[in-house]
Amino acid sequence: MTAPAAQEDAVVVSDIAKSFGETRALDGVSFTVRPGELFGFIGPDGAGKTTLFRILTTLILPDAGSARVLGLDVDRDLWAIRSSVGYMPGRFSLYPDLTVEENLRFFAAVFGTTIAEGRAIIEPIWRQLSPFATRRADALSGGMKQKLALCCALVHRPRILFLDEPTTGVDAVSRREFWEILAELRATGLTTVVSTPYMDEAGRCDRVALIHGGRILGIAPPGALGAGFGHALVAVRGTNRFALLTLLRRHPDAISVYPFGAELHFTSRHSPTDAPAVARELAGWLAANGHAGAEVAPIEPGVEDTFMARMGDASPAGEAA
Amino acid sequence: MSEPAIVAEGLTRRFGSFIAVDAISFTVERGEVFGFLGANGAGKTTAIRMLTGLLAPSAGSARVAGHDVATDPEAVRRSIGYMSQRFSLYEDLTVRENVELYGGIYGLSDSEIRDRGGALLESLGLTPWARTLVGAIPLGRKQKLAFSVALLHRPAIVFLDEPTGGVDPITRRQFWETIYETAARGTTVFVTTHYMDEAEYCDRISIMVEGRMVALGTPAELKERNAVASVDDLFVRLARAG
Repeated sequence: MTAPAAQEDAVVVSDIAKSFGETRALDGVSFTVRPGELFGFIGPDGAGKTTLFRILTTLILPDAGSARVLGLDVDRDLWAIRSSVGYMPGRFSLYPDLTVEENLRFFAAVFGTTIAEGRAIIEPIWRQLSPFATRRADALSGGMKQKLALCCALVHRPRILFLDEPTTGVDAVSRREFWEILAELRATGLTTVVSTPYMDEAGRCDRVALIHGGRILGIAPPGALGAGFGHALVAVRGTNRFALLTLLRRHPDAISVYPFGAELHFTSRHSPTDAPAVARELAGWLAANGHAGAEVAPIEPGVEDTFMARMGDASPAGEAA
Repeated sequence: MSEPAIVAEGLTRRFGSFIAVDAISFTVERGEVFGFLGANGAGKTTAIRMLTGLLAPSAGSARVAGHDVATDPEAVRRSIGYMSQRFSLYEDLTVRENVELYGGIYGLSDSEIRDRGGALLESLGLTPWARTLVGAIPLGRKQKLAFSVALLHRPAIVFLDEPTGGVDPITRRQFWETIYETAARGTTVFVTTHYMDEAEYCDRISIMVEGRMVALGTPAELKERNAVASVDDLFVRLARAG
């Protein structure tokens, strides 16, 4: 991961750390983002995502380590970086008492450009927003506010986009629409770094970094994150889920048992290749313990399985946030 | 007192010509975990404000814990607990001070506050943190404390408004186990969430679209009836159609 910075990398971060008083917000973070990549940071509140984005957009300096954006140093070249990046902070930061169009015109003017010049890049989003052009920003729905904020971050045609939790607190339908827009932007070749607490959004990214407690727990394409899971994982479905959960935790091979939507995921002490045997044994054991109807099947670990397993590895106390 | 925890009949709220909640009718049984879902702006918050006695209905009725929300909102408010995503704890008070403050607000006596508060901190593993400022304790513990404080006066129903937003996946699941335990003791849990996997943990769910309740049933029933694999797909299909 820490190979010499290739000239073409869009972001190169080496071992950065940042503390606020006693709190270590970032603790030795390193990664690179390739040009044109849609790169996601996935982690809960307090993981360090916002601190990282504020460093990359030159708003604060790291205590240690280095960060380069578009080949420019976040400390020495801050003015060059600021004119080349688009940044959408986590907190809604547009002017609530300006209309949709006034906000957009304002942000264009701040960067010395016009809406007309930015038209091509904002077009897919502007199509959805233009019916509300004369509405005050504070009267927009949550999903529409986020789309306007994205427009304002894009209107000066940045070479890289930083989106800090654009889908937090937004409903499931608006979240899907927002990711569809990001996919369209990706198709234009724009590099995008985005953070989210929603694990199910990982699949939308080219690569994701799992972040927790100021540390990166892993970086990989979403389909490859589970590669190092190291244990057999099985899904269990049955009635009276809470009783089933309590029972499964008492199985001698259980490392962890967690609810996953309509299923329970059982991580076994055995290796991944033993998963079919583990599932057969577990089905028999459940039948002998009053859950004859339970369905048991081996599965591949998803992003959230991986995140939880690595969270446990990274912080023995269990609760580092 | 064998009356259901919540009975809403034609519950409606208008703001001028805008109908925020449009004649919703549903029942929540005692001890049930009831998921209240809907897109942003679908009317969830307005409905919850009526059910918690904070906003009078324009038409229809709702009885919560046996009390009418329109004629007896005070009794409704005494019978419910409430916890929102923005935990309503005071960050610059200690853990114990928060418990004492809320115990007082809920009208508990000093001895009740001492006994229940002590038992509460013990059961949450917070006794060593009793003198710590709430702002300095980990998010997961803060969340459990907020939930427990909402239960301090032993309400019949607790309303949880996006209780797990932004919380890590392990803490989120631990919180749901606390919800199950609470419901198993007979407390009704009325919960909103944007995590569709959590909707699957509810006994029954409802989905609101543009002020109306367009789906009501167990997650399994609703998935089967709409031929979808998950509540997420169900939600997107119904909310987009609306």
